[in-house]
Amino acid sequence: MKYIDEYRDKQLVEILIRQIRDEVTRKWTIMEICGGQTHAIMKYSLQDLLPEEISLIHGPGCPVCVTPVEIIDQAVELGGKPNVILTSFGDMMRVPGSHTDLLSVRAKGGDIRIVYSPLDVIDIALSNPEREVVFFAVGFETTAPAVALAIRQAHKKNLANFSVLISHVLVPPAIEVLLTSADMRIEGFLAAGHVCTVMGTHEYIPLSERYKIPIVVTGFEPVDILLGIQKTINMLENDRYGVENAYPRSVKPEGNIAAQDLLQEVFVSCDRKWRGIGVIPGSGFTLTDDYIRFDAGKRFKLHHIVAEESERCISGKILTGQKRPSDCPAFGAECTPEKPLGAPMVSSEGACSAYYRYHLRMC
Amino acid sequence: MHDNKTIMTGDLNSNLQCPIPKSDYEHVLLAHGGGGKLTQQLIEKMIYSRLGNEILEKGHDGAFLPHISSELAMSTDSFVVDPIFFPGGDIGDLAINGTVNDLVCCGAEPLYISLAFILEEGFLLDELWKIIQSIEKSAHEACVKIVTGDTKVVEKGKGDKIYINTTGIGRVVPGLRISPDNCQEGDVVIINGTIGDHGIAIMSERAGFSFESGIKSDTAPLNRMMQDVFARQPNIHVLRDPTRGGLSSALNEISQSSGKGITLFESQLPVTEGVRGACEIMGFDPLYIANEGKILVILPERHAGEVLGIMRSHETGRESRIIGKISGRHGGLLHLETNIGSTRIIDMISGEMLPRIC
Repeated sequence: MKYIDEYRDKQLVEILIRQIRDEVTRKWTIMEICGGQTHAIMKYSLQDLLPEEISLIHGPGCPVCVTPVEIIDQAVELGGKPNVILTSFGDMMRVPGSHTDLLSVRAKGGDIRIVYSPLDVIDIALSNPEREVVFFAVGFETTAPAVALAIRQAHKKNLANFSVLISHVLVPPAIEVLLTSADMRIEGFLAAGHVCTVMGTHEYIPLSERYKIPIVVTGFEPVDILLGIQKTINMLENDRYGVENAYPRSVKPEGNIAAQDLLQEVFVSCDRKWRGIGVIPGSGFTLTDDYIRFDAGKRFKLHHIVAEESERCISGKILTGQKRPSDCPAFGAECTPEKPLGAPMVSSEGACSAYYRYHLRMC
Repeated sequence: MHDNKTIMTGDLNSNLQCPIPKSDYEHVLLAHGGGGKLTQQLIEKMIYSRLGNEILEKGHDGAFLPHISSELAMSTDSFVVDPIFFPGGDIGDLAINGTVNDLVCCGAEPLYISLAFILEEGFLLDELWKIIQSIEKSAHEACVKIVTGDTKVVEKGKGDKIYINTTGIGRVVPGLRISPDNCQEGDVVIINGTIGDHGIAIMSERAGFSFESGIKSDTAPLNRMMQDVFARQPNIHVLRDPTRGGLSSALNEISQSSGKGITLFESQLPVTEGVRGACEIMGFDPLYIANEGKILVILPERHAGEVLGIMRSHETGRESRIIGKISGRHGGLLHLETNIGSTRIIDMISGEMLPRIC
């Protein structure tokens, strides 16, 4: 399959591994930002192929994982309302709130529907004019343009029964939090290729310069990830820093201008709470004044619902790379995909899920 | 008064193999399951006319089966698939093939099937007719007789169009000893063709998934191919049809119950480009997707060539190949040797598969 097979090619993998081995002279710690990259690393056991000097730690780039528990509780509240159709990406259905998850709310009669695109929600709202239709908008800069497009369509169609429960988050402010934390041990970043496909690479240049750290925009297949690591190691070993692009087939330096314009029209940045991390200034999106009437939080007065994370889940430490999933006492015992304590165990991009699914019983 | 309009029109049924028998109704009524005249009409006109045989048509409360001097195998399965018609098949052939293949996995020759319908009030008789014709075709292909059955109707909204239960009885082929405990180090794992086709065909048809995959379900009875294998090479250790949960669930179960490690070779896994593409887009893994016409055959490596030859001589086994081996390492676990030379676990699926965010 074109654009897949050539990036899972054994010979290319071997060449890159050899280049990395030839270049590395000391220990380095690199964080991959995106949960999709974490899963690819675990799925292909890339750490096993790399020289032991290189330590990969897993970042906060799993949108499901960083959604705070109180937003899940707000979705649960909405999903249980008889006049509401709550729509969501499939990933969110199993994520535990304070007391329950959306799958359980659906089993008790809540009208909760999995959608594949936010634009599908417009059709659902048009076909159900007597009911309130809410989209649970979770994601990074990657999914935000599709949500913005749906909101703009709702605006043009003057859809009164459509709204969005927003939990959109942004990558660069989270990287800055990691770089300023007291126990920071990250020496290079693999930036999330799909986020950069939308936003371009310019946001990362000031971060790299301010903190003198290599940032390499990286894709999601084994060859992509190894190329990202090779470029990072090359910079580290040569005492360089900067932003490099190891995913040029998808990422242009300027990103997707049309998508950025759309984001600017519909969203404005705001402070957002991240699961296990807390509030990060300027790290999320909320609606601009022109579109604020589509805010489900305001429409259904949900902001009084607040909650604290379970103390037994160390997702904050996992999401900031301070701990590995296998370091957690609950991992695989008290916390499993069937009975998760936190989102990273059930999200398809969660680090705990990747460890459990691909490697748990080999440890 | 009921509507006397009949539904037997040439146009309406022009796509059917056989026109639907005359009926006073277009839809299933509660009375069709009430045991009275409408039930009798439904059974005689729609079921006996297509599925009748000397055992079924006795119309007794149960079936009297001829004496069989052999160990018997029995299996039951319920079919609730949505949509009921999908590319490559429908709930009718699934209900026959599913039970036939379960019997095959017991090392048995399927002989008799019971057939029970649970119909939702308002279900189109035209669609029921199509399903019955599918059942007839599949039963004929698999050489099994429908010998007893039942029809119930539930109120509208209390079911979803049609559910089918089938139970099958088969004669265990003498000399075979099929059991998950039998697999031994050095055995190989054979599959008879591509994986994931059924699950993706169903998903591509589901509401809200506007994905034109062109992929067809692989639903098929496997008994003819496997009877041929049983007759010529009975030294088979384990058989399993990787239906719900796909290859991952079937092989994990075997690995766990035998305590042996199983290694699959990614380079040998047969997956069509269509299924791969759909899985890449949705974030699914073909190893977890359901199949309905596939069988895993675990046997000593020395017999693999012969058995592959037999399987490949049948339409349902044309693409048979070795995809894995039983290993002494990592007892009770299923592993994948990836295309890039690394190894990882294949865990059993947890809950339903949900499409990812991005």
